[in-house]
Amino acid sequence: MPQPNNENNMSIKVLYFASLKELFGCSEQQINSDNVRTVSDVWQEVSAAYDVPQQVLNSVNQEYAELDTVVKAGDEVAFFPPVTGG
Amino acid sequence: MVTILETAFNPWQAIQQHQENMQRDGEYGACASFIGTMRDMNEGDQVSTMELEHYPGMTEKHLEKIIDSADQQWQLLDSLVVHRVGKLFPNDPIVLVAVWSAHRKDAFEACRFIMEDLKSKAPFWKKEALISNNDQPQKNRWVSKNTSGY
Repeated sequence: MPQPNNENNMSIKVLYFASLKELFGCSEQQINSDNVRTVSDVWQEVSAAYDVPQQVLNSVNQEYAELDTVVKAGDEVAFFPPVTGG
Repeated sequence: MVTILETAFNPWQAIQQHQENMQRDGEYGACASFIGTMRDMNEGDQVSTMELEHYPGMTEKHLEKIIDSADQQWQLLDSLVVHRVGKLFPNDPIVLVAVWSAHRKDAFEACRFIMEDLKSKAPFWKKEALISNNDQPQKNRWVSKNTSGY
């Protein structure tokens, strides 16, 4: 059975938490996965218009990731400041 | 067992209830616990309330992973992690870690390991509301970083 070709309309879900959520003015957005290969590419696309402070951590599909971690359509990528729980 | 709570809880009751429910009576010789409580002071400022935000899904997964990692390093019978989110007031319990084991070495070390890993990696963020000081207006600020407890 042929697989539907979703390549051109698939997106990556991007989440922001804490101070980054306030800076970007939203907690979630979808970006087009075309021309996006790594977490770094996603970060460039979403943060380009902002003066982003300090250290930013990231995760892919709810696991800690690195800037060079490869992402694909359908992934959930999140950016957040250092954690302060406990 | 991992529980994220949006409302206040009593950590002493939680320990007792978990211990009764786990049905390991006679097996455990040690229970080590840590309870973290909200203070009314931070970095020289008086704090009136705090908002705790988390990453639903990743938080639970990460805490389960910490417990699995502790299970691989020590001989544990059971572990319990309870963490608050939402609005907190001074003296409210924030976090509970309790570990049951046959012997105290495993219980002490695993409890500390779980707590330190939670502080440094579990995706929670605290925002403090500061009490206004003389002519300065009240303000909110994100807690910038956790320090290592080791």
